[in-house]
Amino acid sequence: MIPLSWYLIVAAILFCIGLYGALARRNAIGVLMGIELMLNAVNINLIAFWRYITPDILTGQVFAVFVITVAAAEAAIGLALIISIFRNRQTVVVEDVDMMKF
Amino acid sequence: MTLMQLVFLILAVAAIGSAIGVVASKNIFYSALFLILCLFMVAGFYVLLEAPFLAAVQVLIYVGAIAVLIIFSLMLTEKLMSTEARAWNEQWWVALLVAVCLAAVLLYVVVTANWQVSDAPAIPDAIAALGKTLMGTYVLPFEVASVLLLMALIGSIVIAREEKEEKE
Repeated sequence: MIPLSWYLIVAAILFCIGLYGALARRNAIGVLMGIELMLNAVNINLIAFWRYITPDILTGQVFAVFVITVAAAEAAIGLALIISIFRNRQTVVVEDVDMMKF
Repeated sequence: MTLMQLVFLILAVAAIGSAIGVVASKNIFYSALFLILCLFMVAGFYVLLEAPFLAAVQVLIYVGAIAVLIIFSLMLTEKLMSTEARAWNEQWWVALLVAVCLAAVLLYVVVTANWQVSDAPAIPDAIAALGKTLMGTYVLPFEVASVLLLMALIGSIVIAREEKEEKE
């Protein structure tokens, strides 16, 4: 049997890679991809805890389903915003969208 | 080392490698392709964890919907093969520092914590039980999630729609 900590280690590494992508990318779609990686890492943790710690209560799987739902909603809204910004300002670079900064 | 562990290690190396590809490719289109590979590997983890329903959902929603949506918006916003001058902002080294520090803390906690692992096997009919849990204990969040999806659907149409009347 695979030890629980292996899954947690992989999820932690994936989360940190996603965090780096979300913080360091200039392209707004790249930032969204980093966020998707982070959400996937969280899902691996949820399912691993379900399987190894409470295999008879399905809360972990239910929460993973909700995370996937929210991720789908977030991706749809985020990409719509990016397309709208691109239409108005001809850029998808997050640093160039600073009209609300003074 | 058992066969399961070998499969896990192959999946882990592929997942982490493709995740690094997502954040490190200069061309954003390659990042999207690496993201698809990484999402498939995560689905493989779900299969190993005996959650086949979530593996199917992962492939259908993440690979089938979100990744395709990302590629579509890449095509709508940028010239595909153009490598922009800089893919990362000036604070990339701070981001790297933060990510490495967080990784160190998380790995320390994961390795040193005493996890109370249960040896019980997975319930045989997990998909039916998942449906019962969703429609029983978690029926309110389930309904809220459906409202959230409807809001996201309408909201993204409204946001992405071209407004003609403003230009007059």
